[in-house]
Amino acid sequence: MITLNNIKKTYNKGQVTAVKNISFTINPGELFGLIGPDGAGKTTLFRILTTLLLPDEGSATVAGLDIIKDYTKIRSKVGYMPGRFSLYQDLTIEENLNFFATVFGTTIKENYHLIKDIYQQIEPFKDRRAGKLSGGMKQKLALCCALIHKPAVLFLDEPTTGVDVVSRKEFWDMLKRLKQEGITILVSTPYMDEANLCDRIALIQKGTILSIDTPTAIVKAFPLELFAVRASKTHQLLKDVRAYPGTDTCFAFGDSLHVTFKTNVAETNANPRPSEGLIPYLKSKGETDATIEKIAPGIEDCFINLLKN
Amino acid sequence: MRQLLTFIRKEFLHVFRDRKTLLMLFGLPIAQIVLFGFALSNEIKDSRIAVVDYSKDPVTTHIISKIAASDYFDIQRSLASADQLQTAFKKGNIKLAVIFPSGFGDDLMHTGNATMQVIADASDPNQATTITNYMNQIINDYNAELAKDAHQPMQIVPELQMLYNPELRGAPNFVPGVMALVLMLVCTMMTSVAIVKEKELGTMEILLVSPFKPIYIIIAKLAPNLLISVLNLFIILLLSYLFLDLPVKGSLLLLVTCSILFILTSLSIGLLLSISAKTQQAAMMGSLMGMMLPTMLLTGFLFPIENMPLALQVLSNIVPSRWYFIIVKRVMLKGLGLTSVWKEMSILSGMCLLLFAISLRKFKIRLQ
Amino acid sequence: MASVITTDKLTKRFGAFIAASELTFEVGKGEIFGFLGANGAGKTTAMRMLCGLSTPSSGKASVAGFDVYTQTEKIKRRIGYMSQKFSLYDDLTVTENIRFYAGIYGMSRPAIKTKTTQLLEELQLQQEAKTLVKELPLGWKQKLAFSVSIVHDPDIVFLDEPTGGVDPVTRRQFWDLIYAAADRGVTIFVTTHYMDEAEYCNRVSIMVDGIIAALDSPARLKEKYAAANMEDVFYQLARNAQRKAD
Repeated sequence: MITLNNIKKTYNKGQVTAVKNISFTINPGELFGLIGPDGAGKTTLFRILTTLLLPDEGSATVAGLDIIKDYTKIRSKVGYMPGRFSLYQDLTIEENLNFFATVFGTTIKENYHLIKDIYQQIEPFKDRRAGKLSGGMKQKLALCCALIHKPAVLFLDEPTTGVDVVSRKEFWDMLKRLKQEGITILVSTPYMDEANLCDRIALIQKGTILSIDTPTAIVKAFPLELFAVRASKTHQLLKDVRAYPGTDTCFAFGDSLHVTFKTNVAETNANPRPSEGLIPYLKSKGETDATIEKIAPGIEDCFINLLKN
Repeated sequence: MRQLLTFIRKEFLHVFRDRKTLLMLFGLPIAQIVLFGFALSNEIKDSRIAVVDYSKDPVTTHIISKIAASDYFDIQRSLASADQLQTAFKKGNIKLAVIFPSGFGDDLMHTGNATMQVIADASDPNQATTITNYMNQIINDYNAELAKDAHQPMQIVPELQMLYNPELRGAPNFVPGVMALVLMLVCTMMTSVAIVKEKELGTMEILLVSPFKPIYIIIAKLAPNLLISVLNLFIILLLSYLFLDLPVKGSLLLLVTCSILFILTSLSIGLLLSISAKTQQAAMMGSLMGMMLPTMLLTGFLFPIENMPLALQVLSNIVPSRWYFIIVKRVMLKGLGLTSVWKEMSILSGMCLLLFAISLRKFKIRLQ
Repeated sequence: MASVITTDKLTKRFGAFIAASELTFEVGKGEIFGFLGANGAGKTTAMRMLCGLSTPSSGKASVAGFDVYTQTEKIKRRIGYMSQKFSLYDDLTVTENIRFYAGIYGMSRPAIKTKTTQLLEELQLQQEAKTLVKELPLGWKQKLAFSVSIVHDPDIVFLDEPTGGVDPVTRRQFWDLIYAAADRGVTIFVTTHYMDEAEYCNRVSIMVDGIIAALDSPARLKEKYAAANMEDVFYQLARNAQRKAD
């Protein structure tokens, strides 16, 4: 449905490279996630695919149409929700929706069934001006406006950024239901935990793709053993684990630390299996309730690991 | 105290790092001094005038030679009879006319008094007053010369007639100027800000990624401004009529048509501005600085164009309001018709079409 | 543990609308206190009252030992603040930013000099001392903003969603800075949308519809709500919030 071939884009006369060597495909009906922090190049890719920016190099197609030559056709087939809830702040919910429906040559009635689930949540406020809505409601409205013309592909650029946890969950539920309608969806997000909700994801940082696959496969590809270490005094624990000679990486993850150990035996000749030596070491430092267990890595662990290289 | 100094220091850093603002802060006063000090002046030189001499005696010849010698006047020799004067005034070919009746010199010798007619185009009352003063000066000088040589008092009395605006009211001059200024400013500012606002808010992105053709976006942005400007026009005309006693002497239809032409030209300038401006603030500054100054200075209602250095005169040719100002004065004040303004109308139409063509081509259908 | 923030039924009303209602809590010295809540729950209002930026409608509160009604100027000298947008001047260099904020907080010239060198070393920004902030990568900007907010060694620093949008590694490095500051005795008052960060706090309060719906350590909250993590706790509390539209 969407293909990218060696896409490269620079700004400021080549001084800043936003994205380079981007190549991947997205299949019809897929819920595809572009995961990465600010400045990774997500918005640039979105703007290239929605024909708002021309790449410096490379080619891309959306729904089989070329982004450079057939941009007019692409523009009538896709739904786009840009990064900043770009709706008319001084128009009401209903007026906004009507406007976008008309712009796409349709009416609210015609495609109401598509947006019904989402719209019903904000319909009681349909006479309220968009500027006066909370982040979560603006997001739902923006989604409705992007969907109202039954697009073949939906581009959602960071739709959950700055929105509270509850609304975020609801939003992803809505996306899953949309997928059932056969709409191909490309979503970008900086939240790693949302990656698991996608069919396939691309991890992106500083303009290059670190990895593309299903979340499960990416997790499987994690090269090391991962352990979760817990104790009551997390901060002190962090310092102690980092000081332990067998530790390779140690990152805080909520109430536990995700730790990998050095595999080079020469460095840890005192302990051929460093993981086993950690608890006694911690106990000697006064962390009497420290525990350790092997865990399966999550997407964030994989991202951090890929960043190292 | 130290905190205050720290903050002030930071403010200085901000200002000096902002090149564009710096240009304005220092460039503008310099430009203004140069302009007002050297280029623009209220002194009017080389005004085109006509001299009609029915007497053709030594006295009139002498006076005419003094007039010809003066820097202030440029005699259009091709007008020799009073009938041609009215057309010449209407067309704006001459600003002043001097008529010596037959037997002027004889009257002066025998009665000690002779009158001559001085007719001035008072549609710009300041200008008219200035040049009639120059003329009076010349005549007074001659009177003083006569008084020295003569045995009896001899005096030439100029009979002054102010055309089109006998009471020398300011309104007939500044109302057309204000019309041009207001319509130009409002159209360029409102249009450019409206388009840039969409860019700034990000709604332009969504509009572009839709089947909505960019040309429709443009038309939709221009339409309300066109309507509002036409309304503004009628309000100004109504107010001028009711409170300033300034009715439209010529065809209202012609005036409105030309005004719409001017409005469209201004709208296209606003469109062009919106393409390069990135923020609403930049659009507003661009409209104000970029359009207000040239319009005010080069339209011709504050400072006569004929008096400016050649460079500025040439420059004024590309200021649309200059042509519109001429049209309004001719139609509204002098009651002239299509034949008198077709040249200015074609120039305006040409500008309008050219500007639209350029802005439509450059309108960004992408984000870069 | 000495309290650096004490509130007693702190309330803020805007006309008939009660943005924050009868907030009562204490924060101890050197504590990392997480202040959570959905958008519109009243977090920003509460923070503004504590920073001395907004006068409460009723109730009492003292910050760093000063009263929020009558001694706001003294409060402002003893607190630091880092906003979501990092509050650094893009068109000034790293050094200029540090000097400016240090000067604003009334530090003496020699103190500013020492502090600047110290900060540049700590953050490893010596090479970038004369770089304009707008050219720094996001992560560095964020760390600089935090350091600048505590340049004058305040008693408390208020952090308003400081880790929005940065990559996972930088986020954790940022929290290392927070821990280091807490160890030195700076009290940290932080709001965040990342639920895993809630776990890094000593105690967490969750505001829903203008009131504090829960306040305790993450461990005890998870026990109380039988939740596996803080996200679950939050979800349970915020799910039925009325204030969704503001």
